[in-house]
Amino acid sequence: MNKTSHENIEVLKPRKVLILGSGALKIGEAGEFDYSGSQAIKALKEEGIKTVLVNPNIATIQTSEDLADEVYFLPVNAHFVERVIEREKPDGLLLSFGGQTALNCGIELDDLGILEKHGVEVFGTPLDTIRTTEDRHLFAEVLHSIGMDTPRSRACEDLESALEAAEEISFPVMVRSAFSLGGKGSGIARNVEELKDMATNALATVPQILVEEYLEGWKEIEYEVVRDAMNNCITVCNMENIDALGIHTGESIVVAPSQTLSDRDYHRLRSISIRLIQHLGVVGECNVQFALHPQSDEYRIIEVNARLSRSSALASKATGYPLAFVAAKLALRHCLIDVPNSITQVTASCFEPALDYCVIKMPRWDLKKFRRVSTSLGSEMKSVGEVMAIGRGFEEALQKACRMLGVGAHGLVSARDHFAEENLQELLVVPTEERIFAIGEALRKGWSVEKIHQLTHITPWFLERVLEVVTCQQHIRQFGLNDLPSGLFRRAKELGFSDNQISRAVKRETQIAPGYAAALEVRDRRESLGIKPVVKQIDTLAAEYPAQTNFLYMTYNGSVDDVEPKDPAPYVVLGGGAYRIGSSVEFDWCAVNAVQALGRSGHRTVMINYNPETVSTDYDSCDRLYFEELSLERVLDIFEREQSQGVVISVGGQIPNQLAIPLGNRGVKVLGTKVEDIDRAENREKFSSLLDDLGIDQPEWRELTSVEDARSFAEGCGYPVLIRPSYVLSGAAMSVAHSDDEMDSYLKAAADVSREHPVVVSKFIAGAKEIEWDGVAQDGKVVCYAISEHVENAGVHSGDATMVFPSQRLYLETSRRIKKISKLIAEALNITGPYNIQFIARDNHIKVIECNLRASRSFPFVSKILKENFIEYAIRCMLGEKVDPPAKSAFEFDFVGVKAPQFSFSRLKGADPLLGVEMASTGEVACLGDHVEEAYLKAMLSVGFKLPKKGILLTTGKIEDKVDFLESARKLQSLDIPVYATKGTHDFLKENDIDTKALRMPLRDDEFTGDDIPMDAIEAIEKGLIDLVINIPRSLERKDLTSGYLVRRKTVDYGIGLLTNVQAANLFVDALWKIRDPEELLVKPWREYC
Amino acid sequence: MAEGSILGDPTLNQNDSAANISAANISAASGLTSTDIVSWQPGRSAALELEDGVRFEGFAFGALKSISGEVVFATGLVGYPESLTDPSYRGQLLTLTYPLVGNYGVPRRDPDLQIQEGFESSRIQAQALVVQRLSRDYSHWNSSQSLDDWLVSEGVPGIEGVDVRALTQHLRQFGSLKGRLLVEGSSNRDEVQNAPCHDPGSVNVVAEVSCSEPILHSSGVTGAPRVVLVDCGAKTSIVRSLIARGADVLQVPWNHDFVSEKADAVLLSNGPGNPKMTEETVEMVSRALGENRPLMGICLGNQLLSLAAGFDTYKLDFGHRGQNQPCYEVGSRRCYVTSQNHGYAVDGSNPPAGWQEWYRNANDASNEGVRHSSKPFFSVQFHPEANPGPRDAEGLFDLLLEFAR
Repeated sequence: MNKTSHENIEVLKPRKVLILGSGALKIGEAGEFDYSGSQAIKALKEEGIKTVLVNPNIATIQTSEDLADEVYFLPVNAHFVERVIEREKPDGLLLSFGGQTALNCGIELDDLGILEKHGVEVFGTPLDTIRTTEDRHLFAEVLHSIGMDTPRSRACEDLESALEAAEEISFPVMVRSAFSLGGKGSGIARNVEELKDMATNALATVPQILVEEYLEGWKEIEYEVVRDAMNNCITVCNMENIDALGIHTGESIVVAPSQTLSDRDYHRLRSISIRLIQHLGVVGECNVQFALHPQSDEYRIIEVNARLSRSSALASKATGYPLAFVAAKLALRHCLIDVPNSITQVTASCFEPALDYCVIKMPRWDLKKFRRVSTSLGSEMKSVGEVMAIGRGFEEALQKACRMLGVGAHGLVSARDHFAEENLQELLVVPTEERIFAIGEALRKGWSVEKIHQLTHITPWFLERVLEVVTCQQHIRQFGLNDLPSGLFRRAKELGFSDNQISRAVKRETQIAPGYAAALEVRDRRESLGIKPVVKQIDTLAAEYPAQTNFLYMTYNGSVDDVEPKDPAPYVVLGGGAYRIGSSVEFDWCAVNAVQALGRSGHRTVMINYNPETVSTDYDSCDRLYFEELSLERVLDIFEREQSQGVVISVGGQIPNQLAIPLGNRGVKVLGTKVEDIDRAENREKFSSLLDDLGIDQPEWRELTSVEDARSFAEGCGYPVLIRPSYVLSGAAMSVAHSDDEMDSYLKAAADVSREHPVVVSKFIAGAKEIEWDGVAQDGKVVCYAISEHVENAGVHSGDATMVFPSQRLYLETSRRIKKISKLIAEALNITGPYNIQFIARDNHIKVIECNLRASRSFPFVSKILKENFIEYAIRCMLGEKVDPPAKSAFEFDFVGVKAPQFSFSRLKGADPLLGVEMASTGEVACLGDHVEEAYLKAMLSVGFKLPKKGILLTTGKIEDKVDFLESARKLQSLDIPVYATKGTHDFLKENDIDTKALRMPLRDDEFTGDDIPMDAIEAIEKGLIDLVINIPRSLERKDLTSGYLVRRKTVDYGIGLLTNVQAANLFVDALWKIRDPEELLVKPWREYC
Repeated sequence: MAEGSILGDPTLNQNDSAANISAANISAASGLTSTDIVSWQPGRSAALELEDGVRFEGFAFGALKSISGEVVFATGLVGYPESLTDPSYRGQLLTLTYPLVGNYGVPRRDPDLQIQEGFESSRIQAQALVVQRLSRDYSHWNSSQSLDDWLVSEGVPGIEGVDVRALTQHLRQFGSLKGRLLVEGSSNRDEVQNAPCHDPGSVNVVAEVSCSEPILHSSGVTGAPRVVLVDCGAKTSIVRSLIARGADVLQVPWNHDFVSEKADAVLLSNGPGNPKMTEETVEMVSRALGENRPLMGICLGNQLLSLAAGFDTYKLDFGHRGQNQPCYEVGSRRCYVTSQNHGYAVDGSNPPAGWQEWYRNANDASNEGVRHSSKPFFSVQFHPEANPGPRDAEGLFDLLLEFAR
């Protein structure tokens, strides 16, 4: 066999290693890097190596106190990382565990000579290899030199060469930008006009784009490849995208392992992957993406990601192979044979998992939360999270995945039609998040597999599986529940039908009632027929050897359980499900901490979650992990099977929380606050009258069933009002109306208001401060709490608000009263466990606007600032242990933490980047500082803002806001940065003796356009004159195309910092004014803030 | 959509009413009760009965017949056409642990070609196929029939709906067991049930699968080295691997006097059964070891060569049945992922004089190959010819031909 010169490679023994995180969760970079970073830290710690982590994402597990030796909540950029290197003097740097953010930062550090200067070595894949894989031109050259095929492609640095390239390759062409995350700035251009648009946009943010051959209808196949420094190389997993090439793999439904590849296909691509990766010299983990022609042997290598990626997190969870952990060991130049397989404990890491199940990943989108956004899917990522379903049948996994998305689907097929036949063709041709459901419906309407294949390019085998589900549903429809033959019943369960789905498919005399009764009736009938799921292990070796593994799933395609319940009876913790806007990594932190706290109290733990991007689904986080649905049906299955002594529903956000009452009603022991009391908090009527009884104020509200009633209520209490319909047709679920007209247009266009679908209308209090209470109570007595304030006034969703803790600008009286109210509520609801209350305050008048008896989004933030783990307190309270309140008080702090939202508007083509009552941010960061301005500026730099140098563009909205911002404008003037303002703002500032350079509005939509001004705001941005935009909209109404929208959109498309809220803008200007020198942003580890 | 409208749907009418289901899937002769008939069933009832009394119920596919033999499993994710035609599975009921089988159909076959990618011999060798879920439809540009149809045409029965993971755990624990596949409605059901199980270990299976006459496979290269392939049940991929490297292959029967054949190298093939059943071959290998002609063994060939060299063989606690077996070269840190299917192994702990251990399994440290210290004699327990499985070790054929040239 080939002898290679890798025989004598020594294992590295560094003293200290720096690890870069990926910062806030954003579209294209989500929770997968919390998993990979955490595993890397564990792998290094195990060898006694000191670890230093830079990551401003405070809600992550990797930034926990017991993981890295030092944590810096600082922006992951060259400036701050260099300061950390100066302080910490690490020997080595790991770049592969923090996504594209870490990789880009590493390349920048190297380009600037910082790594060399400080003698820091990059461990793992060498930077030159990374550069080759990142520069598509270089990459293609290397591939051609070893005889591998890549798409025909040309690198272009200007529009002209892009047009030339397209002519040479011929339309349609694919346009991509180099150095991007999640395919940002890429798309398909079918003609010159489209290409011009795309190229101009992309070249505004990156120096180079690629114009490429577009491989329409080709299959997309991925391999996860691991290589060690001795040149041993394996593929841990392959995956087949169900959607054909053209949809970003992060946007595709993906199955592992591949389903329609022969041995020849599978191993040919595997051999190519290995030869390529050996040639490139990756050390650690990487991902190779192929296009495979559907009718021949032709292939193209699309790209190599020379780092841990979303796909590798998926592959790791799908196979049980601890990719990130192993990659970290390999970076230290361990040999694959010497790294024990920590999952099986019987095999080496140098092997390829054999699966005896299949895994489906589906992306989760939240496009409906955005105005004006394009909903079609393509080569750029738009999804905000994903789910992973495991089954021993493809249909079983697919139907599980559909339900896990949490978008209201009961499975792949539902009881009623959702799409009009005339829309189906377009729904199939233009991929959107609804396409998989449209396929089901088209098949049900009799469209042939062949026709749908032609329209979608999806391989027929996958469509046949959907047809199998559709056909089964038709069979079920012939029967009532009690005469449904057991063979068909079993078949339906094997195909992944839920009890709920069956309850809706069977013939019934009366309409199905809302709630869980019908599904439970199916459950009882099913169990009486002896049809039950079995528990199977994921053991990475298809049962070939006996392996110790706690990684489990349930299936109806089997007859024997792999595991038995074990003593002592465990507690079950429900995780947070798919990341989505409003429920993200913070709940994973809560869930993991809950499991750890239960473990520390000496209990066995079972975790249920299905999100592959999480730490809670790591093999080493709990005693048993069920990669399963968070549905009543499945939680009951697991609870019964494990003979559990109780379920924790209050640490995973709203998804598990809403199971509290049905679980309790079914006799499951729900830990913490009693189910009846949860109901008193959840039920709007009951909670409202409770507040009335306690003498606690709340905004006036009413539940109404007609538009007329809604109008008369609004007239009574006065506009503006907040509208929350229970059934939404399109667009956002909540809105603020300032007039009858707005109320009408919203309720008539966007929502259905009727007796079945009432709308809740409440008084919206403008100009009020918003304050949050995070607390833990035991038997109604508060044990610990934190009061944080929002920077933005009420009206900005609390998930999008900037939070300051400890609160800095609250009246003592306000704090005192908030504490009093929160204690009263805890007592009245007899709370045991975590809870969160949101308040608004104006002139010391305090009203409660929301109360949730569960951990909130801000639990990790306040826990880490206080260094008191609120989840640990909550769990101990729930277990009935005697819990002493923490000794510290927030008033003793001489530092402050600021949590800031991360938006992903740049990914969401067309979306209006405005804040409102619907949440829009995809992630968050938090930074610490000696004062609020310092912490805030660090946080803003962490979410992508830059300190302005070139110019600031002001549009400060309505007159109240103009006045509000006046002081800030004066401060800006003294900063020595050019200040531009659009006509109206310019005039107002001029009247107040502030000079700005006037810019015209791009549209002539009102009197403030400024026809006589030579340059408009868009041009100024395009010319590169602006690097900060403060654009306060005149109103948050849904209007057609406005100048403001165009400016905001351009700002986002050009990657420029945008502030649209006047309170946040004022704080930002304060910070700029106060901190003139970036060196004043102190580089201090978390440990030193105490 | 109204409930009733489905019945009028042209694409769904084959299976729409209860009457049609029974007509399409279940014959009246099956003896099922009326409640069973209306249930949606993928096929006839069938059962897999192991000799220790353990029984798995499922549904039949493939040929309508019952059969018995040794029940074995393989953990590869792909490659069912290759495995089914692999002569090493002769006499065995093959269980696939990957639960979805048949998805890409069966490759188009050119009747004029003796050696064709996708098939390891001219027929299905396994007695029967045991799977969790069979796909009756398939998607692959190079396939021309479904797995089900292929099994029917080759007269091989199958069973689906078996918890293959549970079956595998059972087989793993008790070693290979014999068993019967009993298909309802098959004419020989009772006969198979009442007869003792077919035991491939009790007969010389090698004789069954070996070629009966020498066959010359020419690479068409002038001055090509010639390799004698001793066919103990050789996979055609071995022949293809050699031809692709510009060698001519003389395939000879297992008991053919290969030592007297004029050739540049000898290759002992893989094959089924117990190595001690092929004493004749071992005896000839001993003679070959007295010469200096390059000699290589694969799988069964490894065991034959080792026995001839003076190593012993033993039964593994857990056989190697997958495409993911890591093997490292002794004395180095180089590791290859290999395709394997064996329950016996060579004991490498005390090499006879002049011999040394060459490869070891990284999971259980069992021996995976031996070689002579000075002469060009070497053999491996794994399958460098792959098909199915990874091709990491194909360089071994280059090594053999280097010696041959």
